[in-house]
Amino acid sequence: MKATRRDVLLAMGAGVGALALPRVGRAQGAAHVVVIGGGFGGATAARYLRRLNPDLRITLVEPNERFATCPFSNLYLGGLREWDSITHGYDDLRAAGVDVIHARAEDVDTTARTVTLSGGSRLDWDRLVLSPGIDFRWGELAGYDEAAVELAPHAWKAGPQTQLLRSQLEAMEDGGSFVMVVPQGAFRCPPGPYERASMVAHYFRTHKPRSKVIILDSQDRFSKQPLFQQGWQALYGDMIEWVSQTDDGLVVEVDAAAREAVTAFGTRHKADVLNVIPPQKAGLIAERAGVTDDTGWVPVVADSFESARVPGVYVLGDATIAAPMPKSGFCANAQGKVAAAAITADLAGREPPPASFANTCYSLIGPGYGISVAGVYRAEDGKVVEVPDSGGVSPLEAGPEFRRAEAEYGAGWYAAICADIWGTA
Amino acid sequence: MIRLLPILALSAGLSAAHAQELDPAAVQVLAGPCASCHGPDGRSPGAIPSIAGLPEADAVARMLAFRDGTDPAATIMSRLMKGYDEAEIRALARWFAEIAQ
Ligand SMILES: Cc1cc2nc3c(=O)[nH]c(=O)nc-3n(C[C@H](O)[C@H](O)[C@H](O)COP(=O)(O)OP(=O)(O)OC[C@H]3O[C@@H](n4cnc5c(N)ncnc54)[C@H](O)[C@@H]3O)c2cc1C
Ligand code: HEC
Repeated sequence: MKATRRDVLLAMGAGVGALALPRVGRAQGAAHVVVIGGGFGGATAARYLRRLNPDLRITLVEPNERFATCPFSNLYLGGLREWDSITHGYDDLRAAGVDVIHARAEDVDTTARTVTLSGGSRLDWDRLVLSPGIDFRWGELAGYDEAAVELAPHAWKAGPQTQLLRSQLEAMEDGGSFVMVVPQGAFRCPPGPYERASMVAHYFRTHKPRSKVIILDSQDRFSKQPLFQQGWQALYGDMIEWVSQTDDGLVVEVDAAAREAVTAFGTRHKADVLNVIPPQKAGLIAERAGVTDDTGWVPVVADSFESARVPGVYVLGDATIAAPMPKSGFCANAQGKVAAAAITADLAGREPPPASFANTCYSLIGPGYGISVAGVYRAEDGKVVEVPDSGGVSPLEAGPEFRRAEAEYGAGWYAAICADIWGTA
Repeated sequence: MIRLLPILALSAGLSAAHAQELDPAAVQVLAGPCASCHGPDGRSPGAIPSIAGLPEADAVARMLAFRDGTDPAATIMSRLMKGYDEAEIRALARWFAEIAQ
């Protein structure tokens, strides 16, 4: 049932020569694993590799000295969280024995097994882990380019964009409209846009009660839809309007200067605050490493999250094709642990332990009102499969105590996963 | 003394079969996602209960009740536990029971 890396790579047509990766470090002694990206997947892999084999040399490459999490950034927009509480540093990972370098990886050579960093220095690696998150498909949504993000922020990578969006919401007059554009194709955090709409509605209800939230959607259904719509009705009445694709929600053009979104049928929506979530693909460094396919995402062997194309390179998180696992921070964290176990076993010449993953995405609709979706996953024939009858969404008929408990457990999850990754609650 | 022997033999037999099925590296991987909610090694920094050091028998009983949908306090564990079989649940209970609180 469980495919070994060799079986899967052979089945996928990789040459036998490509499998002949040496088991020990090139520099006589400890093997060196380089991890690119200090977010949910990468920082997890670095920490767990260190824990599983303290003799390994682990280098984590991440440009930011503090990482701002997308999870709970919607709560920051809603005024329910301070900025500092959603940023995390790398001191605890350093204390755990991980070398952290604040630089950007510019290029990867998978034959010479090197990474070139911004500034020009180079690292050699025995195994490489990539968890670069997403990049945007510029040019796919007419009018939305790298200059437009300063006028109509995406805030889909947490950081200055998130702070810009909040300052625009604060500057908006009561009675204004917040318009959000949901992209076509796979995007990180399927429930994210709807949690954001909820949090903006919370901010409006408490500060600007005559204002409106409009979601222009490229989809006809969305994650946890009945639960979101039930919560919106209960907390915000008709403040949130969701326009499905069929009802002319698909946006094909953006005029950021005029803060307008134009739909497929030519309707122009004029916004006071315009939030455009752009179409997405794997982080650019994955393309440089040659692990993406023509979808723009990275195929992986589910048993280990090793690239299906380039042996010795492991890819995690949003960048990968891991459906039915969603692109969530929880999944990236779970994948990081499976990859760490697989790499440790591989370097020691052992079979990797069977993979097992889970996911839970908590969303906050309002203070004390939380919902969730969960799943448990295994690897079969190199693919991720969901364990039949596991997981699912919060019951629609649950009462207020249940929603309150899930709001509290959602905050508990955030504290726990941040402690697990960055060592900071 | 003599009365205990068959039981000891039985339980030794069970754990031997178990060890064959689920080696520690496999249990460690099964336990990976638990830390995302219950905290590193099951020591929680927040609102979700710690599970490090939970007595094994109590944890088994609670996890089986979650899975069977008979725990009235469950919000999420009922959905998650449906993804694990009984041998895995027992191995997870032992794993966390052996970690100091
Ligand atoms: C609004 C919003 C809300 C969300 N809420 C939740 C939630 O409640 N729960 C949940 O589970 N998930 C949530 N998510 C999804 C979650 O943010 C992602 O799934 C998660 O961050 C993916 O982890 P990752 O490791 O793939 O990427 P990231 O966490 O984004 O990490 C990527 C890192 O790689 C670095 N990097 C990129 N390129 C390079 C390079 N060339 N060199 C060096 N470093 C590089 C980046 O700086 C970044 O730090 C949310 C997302 C959004 C947008
Ligand atoms: C998404 C978050 C989440 C994940 C993942 C999770 N738990 Fe839980 N766990 C909870 C919550 C919340 C409770 C309280 C009961 C409830 O609301 O379902 C709980 C309760 C428990 C309890 C009962 C604790 C007590 O004090 O009696 C045990 C045991 C437990 N979990 C074990 C596990 C194990 C083992 C795993 C990994 C396979 C796991 N949990 C994964 C959130 C989680």
